Amino acid sequence: MSEESSTPEKQPTPAAGQVTEPAPGSGDKPPVTTSEPDQQPARPGAAWLPDVVTTLLAIGLALVVGAVLVALSDEDAVASLSYVFSYPADFFSYAGEAIWESYSSLVSGSVGSIDAIGVTLVRAAPLICAGLGVTLAFRAGLFNIGAQGQLVVGALFAGYVGFTWNLPPGLHLVAAVLAGMIGGAIWGGIAGFLKARTGAHEVITTIMLNYLATSFLLNYLLSKEAFQRPGSDNAQSPAPADSAMYLQLGNIHLGVFVAVAAAIVVWWLIERSTFGFELRAVGANPDAARTAGMSVERVYTLAMVGAGTLAGLAATMNILGKGDSLSSGVAGTIGFDAITVALLGRASPLGTVLAGLLFGALSVGGTAMQASAGTPKELGDVLQALIVLFVAAPALVRGIVRMKTAGSGNTVMAKGWGS
Amino acid sequence: MSVLIATEGEEQVVVRSAADKRRQWKMVGLFAVAALALLWFWTDIDDPTVTYLLDNARGEDPNTINAHVVVVVGLVLTLVCLALAALNRIPDGWPTVLAASVVGLAFLLGFLVWNYADQSGSTFAMVNPLPGTVKYAVPLVFGALAGCLCERAGVINIAIEGQFLFAAFWASVVASFAGQAEYGLLGGIAAGIAIGALLAVFAMRYLVNQVVLGVVLIALATGLTDFLLSQIPADPEIRARLNNPETLGPVPDAGIPLLSSVADALTGIPVIGPTIFDQTLLAYLMYVSIGVVAFLIFQTRWGLRVRSVGEHPKAADTVGLKVNRLRWQAVLLGGAFAGLGGAYFTVGSNGAFTSGMSAGNGFIALAAVIMGRWHPIYASLAALFFGLMTTLSSQLEFLGKVPASFLTALPYLATIIAVAGLVGRVRPPAADGEPYVKS
Repeated sequence: MSEESSTPEKQPTPAAGQVTEPAPGSGDKPPVTTSEPDQQPARPGAAWLPDVVTTLLAIGLALVVGAVLVALSDEDAVASLSYVFSYPADFFSYAGEAIWESYSSLVSGSVGSIDAIGVTLVRAAPLICAGLGVTLAFRAGLFNIGAQGQLVVGALFAGYVGFTWNLPPGLHLVAAVLAGMIGGAIWGGIAGFLKARTGAHEVITTIMLNYLATSFLLNYLLSKEAFQRPGSDNAQSPAPADSAMYLQLGNIHLGVFVAVAAAIVVWWLIERSTFGFELRAVGANPDAARTAGMSVERVYTLAMVGAGTLAGLAATMNILGKGDSLSSGVAGTIGFDAITVALLGRASPLGTVLAGLLFGALSVGGTAMQASAGTPKELGDVLQALIVLFVAAPALVRGIVRMKTAGSGNTVMAKGWGS
Repeated sequence: MSVLIATEGEEQVVVRSAADKRRQWKMVGLFAVAALALLWFWTDIDDPTVTYLLDNARGEDPNTINAHVVVVVGLVLTLVCLALAALNRIPDGWPTVLAASVVGLAFLLGFLVWNYADQSGSTFAMVNPLPGTVKYAVPLVFGALAGCLCERAGVINIAIEGQFLFAAFWASVVASFAGQAEYGLLGGIAAGIAIGALLAVFAMRYLVNQVVLGVVLIALATGLTDFLLSQIPADPEIRARLNNPETLGPVPDAGIPLLSSVADALTGIPVIGPTIFDQTLLAYLMYVSIGVVAFLIFQTRWGLRVRSVGEHPKAADTVGLKVNRLRWQAVLLGGAFAGLGGAYFTVGSNGAFTSGMSAGNGFIALAAVIMGRWHPIYASLAALFFGLMTTLSSQLEFLGKVPASFLTALPYLATIIAVAGLVGRVRPPAADGEPYVKS
């Protein structure tokens, strides 16, 4: 890390839609970029506005590219391409119809009704929690690819407590959630501990721990009697007991509120607590932090323990919220999506919540899109990737729409591997 | 490092750094564990007869070997190394590497014969793990070479997995369309370069954080290949034309005169020959590529320039090098190698493309880059190590001595131990991941 690039990162990057308030306790200042000094806001508090506009434009651009793909996947539209030069109207009407159908079912399927919003919130909750874990590690300068493995171990712990223990309702839930968090914390902590003690690169260890959790631990335990659903030949555990389930409120469950609470706690932890100050200091420049008397090793270990705890909490959402049993696909791709969510949220808690909601909506809407408009649901994944790509490249978005007022242009900490 | 400090007269005081002591005790600990394991193998083996086949392709009769002898020889060698390490007679550098290799090999052979011992009555014979090692390592080596090229130039490439997927898809499509597997390699190269170009343009022109970018490109490649796959109609006839390639056969059968005769000569080498050289075109390209990349990076002027823009772009710019142009070249060349690695998954082994078929191998290749300290040869060795572990786990699965799921864990566990215990802190190229903006 050179001095030039680390300096701007000491301030928290303003996230999409986030009002960054000066924090008197930790000596934060409103972010000022060195590269574009003429971008001083005219009014205080308006510095985030261009970033929000850029983010919205990026989403819009991704939808435009998605629309092209929708048109190209529509049979009528493709068929009319063969005579597009004689009757261009045909192509545009078919394509327009396909695009309208797809996007309207995307929107109505994800946020079109109270029910749909509930499904979106339930889908977003684990993404938010796991994304917060990646965010926390990211702020310490650690790249946590291991959310997937931490989720799996968290799910194993939470699920086991959920279907074997016998406790009164509220207590059982607390015990199962705590177990999930402990499971995730252990798995994340291994990577943090190895990083701190031996310098083993967290990217390698978390990747390997992912494989260990999914291809070994999960499969091994599911083949054991203690984890087997009685009378089932499939590698599947019993469903958690009712007493361990999150309270259901309509079609959402209490876990959604737990995710919001987790975001507030993580925000406080990063921005207001002493540990958060150390975390950001180590993330910005470990050598400087060490010189200032901080224990970089301790921060690394605790950051990964925290990241694992949050991923473990995410794991409880589907199991204790929707009543999923443990199976080989128990974590889905939440752990990997969480990385993208955290990056789209620019490693800030509020940004992660918003990104998690967007991804939840896209994933729910993508299914609805396939069901009602016949558009392949893989398109939802392409859209997600395009949105993040465009959000991460504000210069490209501003170049395409010829926007005059440039934002801060900062993405998540532009730093390299480091150590 | 031991430092000799001469004092007055005859006396010499040896001052050892804490790091050197740590290295010694780590070595003693690891060797002791290996010795204990070998001791346990020795006591656990009841029927020491092990049958083995080194060249089963040629219909040779199985040979037998006494497992006790192998284990005891390994144990003695390990104890010798342990004693030397405890007495601090193994200095840092090549003697450490040699001792670790001896102990590692002794442990590996002991573990193997222990697995194959006590199998009388069954037909399990120990087979040579080398051909499988090379086979599994092919995509990993290519991916690792791509990673080394990009990152030596200062561009982080996490997207190897995405390059694999995209290349695997296009290799399959092109090979199916052309009706010949070799053309698939070209499709793979083009697709790998395409993702490389996206990486380069977003990293260098739009200054996107490169770690973010890599993750996004993987997501994009996954989404795009799934989307394109869903667009191929289920009609078997169309599918056969678009996604049903032939796979590459072993080169010695390919009928290329010069290559065939060289290959025949090489496969004549006992034990190693038939297993390492009786491979597909991709494996041969892999051997060549390792040498080419190592030569390019360390022996050519271009390589020196690439390394200098990866270490200190400002200095490179000051002496007149075009930083971003060199980075573009390195990233695109890396993309070509990653594309060859991706082609392995379709035309190199499985045939038709299926969703997410690279199955995390891009991440393993990334791990090999870091384990190999951004050096193409060491990274390739790390990839081979991973291939060996994968092969062993699939071979030993049926013997029942170690539960299959533990064997599945073996490659990953071994990598963690290797990284935490042996590699430790690694230093990436100084400017890796930092975009260069001319001021």
